Amino acid sequence: MSWAEKVLKVDRRWIFLAIGIAVTIPFFLPLGLPVITTPPVQSLYDAVDELEPNAAPLLLSIDYAPATLPELEPMSMAILRHCFEKDVDVVVMTLHPAGYGLAERAVLNAAEEYDVTYGEDFAFLGFQPGVSAVILGMGINIRNVFPEDAYGTPLDELPLMQGVRNYDDIPLVISLAGWSAAEAWVYFAYQPYRQTVGAGVTAVMATDFYPYLNAGQLVGLLGGMRGAAEYEGLVQHPDQGTRGMDSQSVIHLLIIVLIAIGNTAYFMARRAKAPSGGGVS
Amino acid sequence: MRREIPLAITFLIGIFMLVDFFVPHHVVSSSAEEMKQWGTIIIAASILLGVGNLIRVHFHKIRRRREGWGYSITTLAIMAIMFAFGGPWGTIEEGSAFNWMFLNMQVPLQSTMFSLLAFFIASAAYRAFRLRSAEASLLLIAAIIVMLGRVPLGQLMTRSWPEAVQLPNMTEVIMAYPNMAAFRGILMGAALGVMAMGLRIILGIERSYLGGEK
Repeated sequence: MSWAEKVLKVDRRWIFLAIGIAVTIPFFLPLGLPVITTPPVQSLYDAVDELEPNAAPLLLSIDYAPATLPELEPMSMAILRHCFEKDVDVVVMTLHPAGYGLAERAVLNAAEEYDVTYGEDFAFLGFQPGVSAVILGMGINIRNVFPEDAYGTPLDELPLMQGVRNYDDIPLVISLAGWSAAEAWVYFAYQPYRQTVGAGVTAVMATDFYPYLNAGQLVGLLGGMRGAAEYEGLVQHPDQGTRGMDSQSVIHLLIIVLIAIGNTAYFMARRAKAPSGGGVS
Repeated sequence: MRREIPLAITFLIGIFMLVDFFVPHHVVSSSAEEMKQWGTIIIAASILLGVGNLIRVHFHKIRRRREGWGYSITTLAIMAIMFAFGGPWGTIEEGSAFNWMFLNMQVPLQSTMFSLLAFFIASAAYRAFRLRSAEASLLLIAAIIVMLGRVPLGQLMTRSWPEAVQLPNMTEVIMAYPNMAAFRGILMGAALGVMAMGLRIILGIERSYLGGEK
């Protein structure tokens, strides 16, 4: 067996080991690589930054499940910190049944870092099933869909919700989702009600959202951990997203090196097998 | 009649919701709003139906000792445990057993499962991403630009290059033009498909949602 054939048939566990090492080491030895801001992230940041303090609230729909938590939780923390830093009121909800605990954890953890009060500066509505029906229903009256917050308090008793009836009273909705919920916000909140919508999605999903971004149906977009890291940079609070970028840099480079090795070995093996003088067939 | 009545309900409600879209009269819109609330209630009820179906499917699998029936026991046991703790002591209270199990068991387990993708993608890229044709080469070059352009390393590598050919900028161009154009085409195709399927359902041509047909 030639060198090239041996390389092509390498046990995939060696690749797994290399990936494991490449992911882990940057967490202990940070490279501190700088993260520049891309236009879609800057647009979303600007949309949040332009909201009036202590006025109409931002609606943050934390629509992710545990599987996509590592990519999307840094986004929710960065956005919540941005709002609390600027005294922008936030209403948090989720459209994913497994998102309840994660949404609550994110908003309570962020709130702990600031001098904010539940019911006055932020509220948590919890989960309601039926994605499209929920989004459409909130366009008519939020109280039809969420008569109470997650803790059983009627919305009318929350100072934050006084005068907030439907999307007319919400300047911006941001959906952070690892599934089609962010698209649903475009279809059922932007399209019928012209609600301004922003989104944060996993890196693999980000490509799907450029048509909405280009058409102005999304005001901004955070794509994967990179999007979270950019937002953390803008709010000047580096955290999980920024830390993850070092690992992601090394992993992407390693995958490119692996592809290069695989192709080199592939062509060498083909050349070795080709009839002499015939070249590559 | 078991099929005709659901088909008639689907037809009438479907047509009415279409009328609501085009007729801005308050009688039509208020009725449509009421129906949207019914939708929320029906979807909430369907979750119970889902739980019942899950139990039924796994129970049959265990009783007939089908392949992987051990996993079905695990599924039902975990579900029973979550119910047992969530019922009497609540699901949302901070420090409750349900909440603790969700945050400390389900969250890390699901995150781990998803993270395994990185290992499989790396292995698959090594074995399958070959420069076999012009199209494959184009795809590979675009992939390398995007992979490097999406991480700070790409920015660092090309920061002294002219701005237009720096990897993050090239990545944005790839994402915002060729990628966006291709996805827009796919979206339009999918939208036409959804409209056709909607019409088929309203008109009773597509009946698979009623079940019971082989």
